[in-house]
Amino acid sequence: MWLYYLKQLMESFPFFLKGLWMTVAVSGLSLLMGTVIGGAAGVVRASRVPVLGKFLFAYVDFMRGTPFLVQVFIIFFILPEWGLHLDAFTAAVVSLTLYAGAYICEIVAGGITAVPSGQSEAAKASGLNWFQRMRYVILPQAMKTILPPLVGQYVLLIKDSSVVSVIGVTDVTRVGWFTVQRIPEGLMVFGLVGLLYFAVCYPLIHLANHLEKKLRSDFGGL
Amino acid sequence: MLEAFNFRVLLDYMPLFLKGLWATAWLSVLSLVGALLVGILACGARLSRLRLLSMAVGAYIETIRATPLLAQLYFFYFGLPSLGIRLPEHQTGILALSLNSGAYMAEIIRAGVLSVSWGQIEAGMAYGLTYLQRMRYIVLPQALGITIPPLLGQAIVLVKDSALLSLISVFELTRAGQIITSERFMPAEGFFTTALLYLLIYYALKTFSTWWQKRLIFVQPA
Repeated sequence: MWLYYLKQLMESFPFFLKGLWMTVAVSGLSLLMGTVIGGAAGVVRASRVPVLGKFLFAYVDFMRGTPFLVQVFIIFFILPEWGLHLDAFTAAVVSLTLYAGAYICEIVAGGITAVPSGQSEAAKASGLNWFQRMRYVILPQAMKTILPPLVGQYVLLIKDSSVVSVIGVTDVTRVGWFTVQRIPEGLMVFGLVGLLYFAVCYPLIHLANHLEKKLRSDFGGL
Repeated sequence: MLEAFNFRVLLDYMPLFLKGLWATAWLSVLSLVGALLVGILACGARLSRLRLLSMAVGAYIETIRATPLLAQLYFFYFGLPSLGIRLPEHQTGILALSLNSGAYMAEIIRAGVLSVSWGQIEAGMAYGLTYLQRMRYIVLPQALGITIPPLLGQAIVLVKDSALLSLISVFELTRAGQIITSERFMPAEGFFTTALLYLLIYYALKTFSTWWQKRLIFVQPA
């Protein structure tokens, strides 16, 4: 019997690839926007801007203290009540972006604060303005602490993108959910789903590990 | 926005939310205990000299880390029945959460054990302590202290992840929010209250973790 199901599953493989493409599209878009937002927020947070800093603190805490599923529900079900209608794809990208942005903000802020303050003071003494200090002195050094956890965060983002399947985005997880109604072999169907995620995430995990080792050995003293 | 917030309905549904909070708490605690057991066993197996065992557990850890929890949850929820195993939803949920979190815990515990310097273990050997005695009196007391903060971090992740159990129709906090949304069509009341209650758990765990870290620096000066 399971051979028959396996054959059926192989026949619906193109749908899984379509779902995988959706997963990659949703997480890719959120990854880009989340990095931009999180990076900017991180620089602001590390610079100790008075009011904005407090606001960012609340934002980051809310994002880190509540489940991503609840955030997706808030954006998908509550925003329409306030007159802002988003389709499932947009809602998914917005919620993933805001979610990842908060974590990336923390990573970037942590990286910047890890650069010894003497560096910034020396740059100030050399007459560099704030922007030049960031661009030429702080960020290039902070990058070494930021990069490994950032790639790790991308892996989490891709995995968390599976949650947006519940608001109707047809990503791999949702394709699996549809398929299991037709082919009642959950181990097989979700084994395949897992395999597809694995194919995307596993290389990234190794990249993160590799970066961590490489950057650490380069800058042992930092 | 606030004038649209119906506090009367919120008051009516408070018992439901408190029941949800309680359910989230005990589901998380049971999964946490399961995850710790899985983590300790997996860490022991990973560090063992039996190559095959170590590799098998390594494959388990990597698989869990490279696939989303939701896919794992569906894997067990739809997959176990086809193996002839029928568990109530909440047991399936606890099983999936324990196996998922256990893989991360194994890595955290391993990092803690490996952080104890080899010289100390050699010194223990020179004193004629057995393997168990070395673990009990030298390695574990030191490893435990530094693993507590990351373990608490993982516990926070676990509490948030337990929200996904609502998708396999386990009653918990997020489900309570869904119920008020579908019965009264009040998503704002439902999901903001849910988020607030999650934040409560988050802050409690976070405060404890910060307190522990401070204590740690006091006990063993770096």
